[in-house]
Amino acid sequence: MKLSMMAAPHLRSEDNVRKIMLDVLIALTPAAVWAVVSFGLKALILILVCTVGAEALDFFVMRFVRHKKTFKPDLSGSVTGLLLALNLSVAVEWWQALIGIFVAIVIAKSVFGGLGKNFFNPALVGRVFLLISFPVQMTTWFSPFDMQTTATPMAILKQGAPRVFSLQEMFLGTIPGSIGEVSTLLLLLGFGWLLLRRRVSPFIPIAYVGTVAIMAAIFYAANPGFGSPLYHIFGGGLMLGALFMATDMVTSPMSIKGHLIFGVGCGALTMIIRLFGGYPEGVSFAILIMNAFVPLIDMGTKPKIFGKPKKVKSNA
Amino acid sequence: MRLPTFRGGVHPPERKELSQDSHLSVLPLPERVYVFLANHAGIPAKPIVNIGDRVKTGQLIAESGGFISANLHSPLTGEVKEIAKYFHPTLSKPDDAIVIERSGDDEWELLQPAKSYDQFEPEEIIQRIKSAGIVGLGGAMFPTSVKLSPPEEKKIDLLIINGAECEPYLTIDYRYMLERSEGLVRGILAIMRALKVKDAIIGIEDNKPRAIERMKEAAKSTSIQVKTLKTKYPQGAEKQLIYALTKRKVPSGGLPLDVGVVVDNIGTAYAIYEAVELGRPLIERGVTITGEGIRKPLNVVSRIGVMAEELIGHAGGAQETVERAIFGGPMMGITVPKTDVPTVKGTSGITLLLKSEPLEEFPCVRCGKCTFVCPMNLQPFLLNLYGTNRLYDAQVENGLIDCIECGSCSFACPANIDLVKNFKLHKRVYRSLKGGAKK
Repeated sequence: MKLSMMAAPHLRSEDNVRKIMLDVLIALTPAAVWAVVSFGLKALILILVCTVGAEALDFFVMRFVRHKKTFKPDLSGSVTGLLLALNLSVAVEWWQALIGIFVAIVIAKSVFGGLGKNFFNPALVGRVFLLISFPVQMTTWFSPFDMQTTATPMAILKQGAPRVFSLQEMFLGTIPGSIGEVSTLLLLLGFGWLLLRRRVSPFIPIAYVGTVAIMAAIFYAANPGFGSPLYHIFGGGLMLGALFMATDMVTSPMSIKGHLIFGVGCGALTMIIRLFGGYPEGVSFAILIMNAFVPLIDMGTKPKIFGKPKKVKSNA
Repeated sequence: MRLPTFRGGVHPPERKELSQDSHLSVLPLPERVYVFLANHAGIPAKPIVNIGDRVKTGQLIAESGGFISANLHSPLTGEVKEIAKYFHPTLSKPDDAIVIERSGDDEWELLQPAKSYDQFEPEEIIQRIKSAGIVGLGGAMFPTSVKLSPPEEKKIDLLIINGAECEPYLTIDYRYMLERSEGLVRGILAIMRALKVKDAIIGIEDNKPRAIERMKEAAKSTSIQVKTLKTKYPQGAEKQLIYALTKRKVPSGGLPLDVGVVVDNIGTAYAIYEAVELGRPLIERGVTITGEGIRKPLNVVSRIGVMAEELIGHAGGAQETVERAIFGGPMMGITVPKTDVPTVKGTSGITLLLKSEPLEEFPCVRCGKCTFVCPMNLQPFLLNLYGTNRLYDAQVENGLIDCIECGSCSFACPANIDLVKNFKLHKRVYRSLKGGAKK
């Protein structure tokens, strides 16, 4: 009997970071499968290139650049890669996507210190980089199955053209758009899995979508040309953003109060960009801007210590 | 109806089934016992016996060494063999112990007089508790007589008896509640008389329905209430227990007496009964011998200072693949490097755990689990960040000293970061930087 001296607690939960990442990948699977079904082989290539590429690049950086000898792949790279892929138009070439992956993993994540240390959602940084670098491919949209170039519901709204998509089409996902954002139904299904596994708090999406709905309702009442609340919720990248990008643990606040503030901020910025900005879509920018406020939100929403009369002064 | 509890906490595997149905057994008298002079919090006791002296069971062998200290009595009838250093299970280093070798029968020297608690004056009860060397048997080993003598200005109106036994694996308080309920109730009544309070509550987690039923029955004709608590770790932590039962919040840096409450553990209440009504000083206690590494887990009453090895033998011995031997339970217990380590007054259990997978550490992903489970509402991830960057003042400002070291954060952390281990270390560093000044 050889005894080890070890620190309490001697029991640990079964959880680990890799299992969390695996659950996120599982949650995104329905949307990814739908992407391949509706946009074909090219969507599959994008998904595989991004997911495998990001994990491999993350591993390479950790092992050979940062010399973490014991580093084992933790699937966080795959999550970033898959999210980026799902945020692309099928018009994007695989090598362009790889550039996005490089920006996401190396510039947005590793430079800041790797997993857990980055301020901005890496997948969104990668996406915005691609949007600016390859504006044509990033904003050329195909309708699913027949692959005709067309405008997304959000772009239609911006151009003031007559609406051609029903709410049902938008909810189920038979609309043009980024390959993973189109089906609200499948995204909700995936999010349900995360909730079931207690991987995520629902407060960010609730506040985010709620704010979008309220703002859309107000403007819609004033002028139906702004689009109805449901149109805004189902028609663009909001669901993918609110359910899977804004809820990224690393780049969102830690308390429920913080989640609500963050969600409201994302919602308001998204609507301001959609209604008044130059882009038809505002989700990526809104979340990235709010990412920058996370340290501030966290500082302002510290929990009150048990038995302390009032909030402790912050020294951060 | 929602059961009373506190905010936060975790649900580790309980594993009480290993030992909960084993009736209290009595360990045969050991040949030798090793009684540490530091068998309580505070100043070690001063020996009053010499090597070669013959002592009776219950005879005073070391005197309280100051205000926060306690008497020590011989657990055996026999001869004082030596006063030497042995490995101390909670100080985790060799420390002075009086070694007594048994000779012949168990001849007791009792405290006089022994009579019904209601024939003692309150002050006499406190004096008796002090003479009997009674300390908190939940693990902290704080001298009970000090706790029962609050300063004048602190008005105590409630006694809480901690029957939560939230620590996984341990079942000793449970067995005492089932098998020693009459004595327990008399012990509680004695404490109430000492404190001059009318109300007492026994808080028991709802995973122990038989204990709740048994204690309700035993306390029927008294003003002692039995309340069911939600099963959640750390329900038995003093501040969380008081909050669950009374909604009173012990202020940061304060004590239960600041909110008019005294909390005692089940084992302590029983020891008080024995001291007051039977005249027996504290020389034995119940211990749960458990864990997957024990062949026949059980609950045993044994003399203080017996080697853990002997207790493990009494429980059928250890499995081959044991990796850790823990004094206490798996959440807050302390490992020992060998099993020939003697028990102390605060040893509520010995838990042997089998070899486990080494933990893979990840970077913190800011998931917020630690904050969610912290019963003190701290932000462990933030404290750890400050601590690893040696920002001890910022740590203290954010509640480092409020940490009760329950380990919920480390249990929950999906990155397997040793949060509570770091906090214990940081507290020591901070205190030594402040020149030992208590804050």
